[in-house]
Amino acid sequence: MNCEEALPLVDPYVDDELDAVGKQALEEHLRDCNDCSQAWQNLQSLKKAVRQESMQFPATSELRRRLSVQLRIQSSLQKRSLWEWSWLTTLATGLAAVCLILWLNFILTHPSNQELLAREVASSHIRSLMADHRLDVASTDQHTVKPWFAGKLDFAPPVKDFAAQEFPLIGGRLDYLDNRTVAALVFQRHKHIINLFIWPAGGGDSTPSSDTPIQGYNMVHWTQAGMTFWAISDLNDKELEDFAGLYVR
Amino acid sequence: MDEHERLILFERKVLPHLDAAHNLARWLAGNEPDAQDVAQEACLRAFKFFGSFRGENPRAWLLAIVRNTFFTWLPKNRPFMEPLEIGDEALAVEDTSVNADVLNAQIGSAQAVRRAIAELPVEFREIIVLREMEGFSYKEIADLVEIPIGTVMSRLARARKLLQKQLCKEFKPEGQP
Repeated sequence: MNCEEALPLVDPYVDDELDAVGKQALEEHLRDCNDCSQAWQNLQSLKKAVRQESMQFPATSELRRRLSVQLRIQSSLQKRSLWEWSWLTTLATGLAAVCLILWLNFILTHPSNQELLAREVASSHIRSLMADHRLDVASTDQHTVKPWFAGKLDFAPPVKDFAAQEFPLIGGRLDYLDNRTVAALVFQRHKHIINLFIWPAGGGDSTPSSDTPIQGYNMVHWTQAGMTFWAISDLNDKELEDFAGLYVR
Repeated sequence: MDEHERLILFERKVLPHLDAAHNLARWLAGNEPDAQDVAQEACLRAFKFFGSFRGENPRAWLLAIVRNTFFTWLPKNRPFMEPLEIGDEALAVEDTSVNADVLNAQIGSAQAVRRAIAELPVEFREIIVLREMEGFSYKEIADLVEIPIGTVMSRLARARKLLQKQLCKEFKPEGQP
């Protein structure tokens, strides 16, 4: 080992970071080389000087005291923010749960307008069958039925007859639905009675759509030319839809 | 773990190294008031992140936080003192022969040694503190300062050369002004 190789090893040597082989090789060189040996001794003196206790600046008691106070403040702040956070979360969760319950309650106990109307239609239909008060005007002639409504209603319901399609018109009457007097046309399909309620409606046209059956009665409703139509019968839903299709055409 | 237990544990595991933290902060900052600010801020930061501390060596962990705190604190509070980012190559120290007698005479004066350390560039100063005063191994210093081991070795060697040079330069034989 020459000096050029030895000198960079002196630092790790005094720091005890040389492996055994390097250590041995360097020690051999240091025995023979005055310059390197001097460099090594200088480093050792320097190390000793820097390591002496008077080089250190221990923490002052003032710092310890201040830090202790600060740590306690920070600790209690974190505790409180944690507490506030969990309290707020609980409150928010509780409010959300209450809202959800109220909303569900409303949905479950308050039927939509559509459902209310469907129930009214079903009641009217059932009533007309029970009291045997189906017809105020019994006629299979649409030209008799339609004029009969004139003067009794503030609108002229479209009256059609589908005898050819085996949905013969058998008459009409006045009824009361959706807070107003409406036209009720009665059709027959074999032994089944179809009530068709008609009254003026706002909004645009809509194609016939089936409603959820109520007490076994199928219902179809649609809007056409400013009139709302509700057809109801114990007829099967397919034939009732056929009937609605005929009426819309 | 509740906040109180956390504080107790922190005081037991980390605060025993407050002396080391303050010493490093003092050597980095160069004066007592700044050192106290940095050390306190570092300890409060350490407490905040204590939950994420999983290491084996709380002293190295705390000193790394002191370092980081100092280097973010410095440009905000002492912008004119911000250390120049100098590459290690630029910090090369030419070899000068050191007069052993002069060196030994100087080393006898704690004041001269302290002044010589204080005059080192901060990159060298912190390596000297971590190696000689805290006794960390090259590997531990490399992890703490986040530099390669080779850089630790070259910085340490240069720091020591600079120290010797500084000490010899300062020396004025008695009787001469």
